[in-house]
Amino acid sequence: MTDTQAQIPSVVDRTRLVAAGGPVVATHFLRQTAAFALGEEALLLVAPDGAESRVAVHEGGVLAVASDSARILTGGDDGKVVVTNAKGHSETLATDARHRWIDRVALGPDGVIAWSAGKQAFVRTAKGEIKSLDLPSSVGGLAFAPKGVRLAVAHYGGVSLWFPNAQAAPEMLAWKGSHLDALFSPDGRFLVTSMQESTLHGWRLVDAKDMRMSGYSGKVRSMVFTPGGKWLATSGSEQLILWPFATKDGPMGKQPRMVAAYDKRAVAVACHPKQEIVAAGFEDGLVMLCRIDDGAEILAKGPGKGAVSALAWSADGAKLAFGTEAGEAGIVDLA
Amino acid sequence: MSDANPDKIPVTVLTGYLGAGKTTLLNRILSEPHGKKYAVIVNEFGEIGIDNDLVVGADEEVFEMNNGCICCTVRGDLIRIIDGLMRRKGKFDAIIVETTGLADPAPVAQTFFVDENVGKKAKLDAVVTVADAKWLRDRLRDAPEAKNQIAFADVILLNKTDLVSDAELREVEARIRGINPYATLHRTQRAQIPLEAVLGRNAFDLERILEIEPAFLEADDHGHDHDHHHDHGHAHSHGGLKHYHDEDMQSISMKTDTPLDPDKFFPFIQNLVQVEGPNILRCKGILSLKDDPKRFVFQGVHMMLDGDHQREWKQDEERTSRVVFIGRNLPEEKIRKGFESCVA
Repeated sequence: MTDTQAQIPSVVDRTRLVAAGGPVVATHFLRQTAAFALGEEALLLVAPDGAESRVAVHEGGVLAVASDSARILTGGDDGKVVVTNAKGHSETLATDARHRWIDRVALGPDGVIAWSAGKQAFVRTAKGEIKSLDLPSSVGGLAFAPKGVRLAVAHYGGVSLWFPNAQAAPEMLAWKGSHLDALFSPDGRFLVTSMQESTLHGWRLVDAKDMRMSGYSGKVRSMVFTPGGKWLATSGSEQLILWPFATKDGPMGKQPRMVAAYDKRAVAVACHPKQEIVAAGFEDGLVMLCRIDDGAEILAKGPGKGAVSALAWSADGAKLAFGTEAGEAGIVDLA
Repeated sequence: MSDANPDKIPVTVLTGYLGAGKTTLLNRILSEPHGKKYAVIVNEFGEIGIDNDLVVGADEEVFEMNNGCICCTVRGDLIRIIDGLMRRKGKFDAIIVETTGLADPAPVAQTFFVDENVGKKAKLDAVVTVADAKWLRDRLRDAPEAKNQIAFADVILLNKTDLVSDAELREVEARIRGINPYATLHRTQRAQIPLEAVLGRNAFDLERILEIEPAFLEADDHGHDHDHHHDHGHAHSHGGLKHYHDEDMQSISMKTDTPLDPDKFFPFIQNLVQVEGPNILRCKGILSLKDDPKRFVFQGVHMMLDGDHQREWKQDEERTSRVVFIGRNLPEEKIRKGFESCVA
């Protein structure tokens, strides 16, 4: 399988390379503008006409990035939470009183945002009111539920489900171990966390029934649902692992589908916004597109110097942006 | 963790009981004009008197791993912080992790074995323990943490030597050697030490396991200022030959000139760390395996083992296998018999 490039169709020649000048930690499309979050200090915006602009957002490392396709939210080791739009206008929404690192950020409905610093999670409402929650350990991940203002906060020993607008104590979903990222299914029925032990844990929220998804060769650092929520696409193995979530039991008692087999480990995934096509980035820098239905593969980027660290589709599915730990970055035009 | 990837950032773990002089050493490392830049992960935030934008406060969160290994704990905060620091790779040369005075160094060390992302980007350089020459003996009696820190160390700074007599110094050194004869021991005052003695040690680098010999007590005794002390009257420790056995923490060293059978040795060591892992703090070995032209080296922390082939045995070199274990209440008889039965 090492000669994947020779065997499968390629769209590599449709790539416009972008000089990031340093490691890329995330990428998102703000409508048709590609935003690359760099490891330090800046966002690199690439407009549809190819014009590049650098926006300084942090004095130091960029630790956390989230986007809702209109804005990009970043957290830095300067203790700041900054929001930036496609025009490159940025605004500091919060500064940690003790200048602690902003470890995680999340964007919610109606302009609500969340972030964490150490063992504290914060929510800032659309009106600018800030609320905080103390957790038993450092926050591993933050995720807003698809509906209503409800925040899942992953930490050691489980997940706290917090309604920031309610007085009640958060509901705790307990499961032994260190929970890293958190993710709701698009219909809000399931919550999934990645764990330190190279497994995923999940809960069916209606009855808090536990689900374990294991078999990975490494930590799952990237996971995303397909647009309709039928599949959960995950990195962490030498292929894409897709867990079925279409039925009311989710993946319970089922085997995952495996596509895009390669001899390197997948480290980044991104789902096409309309079709059941997943982009998979591997630790050697290769990116391939894979149709879930029949496993058909298209090469989007050959191997490079570093692991793929950023992948994103534009909202119409016509463009794919990628970035690597070695500072390679580009936009593949698929239209 | 074993490969000598130059891109990996070296990480020094600084331990020591409360008041031993860790912060003094840290401030010295950060303020001396050595031209290097260090990222520092501290616990007692605010004690660092140096303006450094790469000082990070940590919560010292020890997480258990659900991997069927009862003593496998990692520092969850460290995984997160090292990942974050790597965003600024290029802005610093090395990382120093200061632990609290009551901390067990094992979870820090194990983090580098267990977490693949950390292990890929950073490497453990050495565990450096600062000990208080005046109070260490008391702490070894009443604080198991202090004993752990001594047993675990690659480098020990016996600090505040100006507060004790020569005889007391020899006494406390003998106590240290009774627990850990393998660490490099330095006598210091106000943590004054050439920084190369503390940093860039490569103590966990398999390539650098060359010799495993217990240190002699007189080694590194650069004081020799006998003129100022007249306390030899009650010394039974002339020449530094006084020897202590610690009641519960020991080191066991074994060697053989007969090649070992890998089909016997590896099951033996794996089973040993599986059963005795919680009690084994550190282990290290250089092995001469049957029909193998290369040295095999290994090291471990509790249940974690890391090993690889090293260089070829030299023509004129004696092919001696040596292994050493430092731990608590180790079943010496069983370990010795087990090792002896591994010869080919």
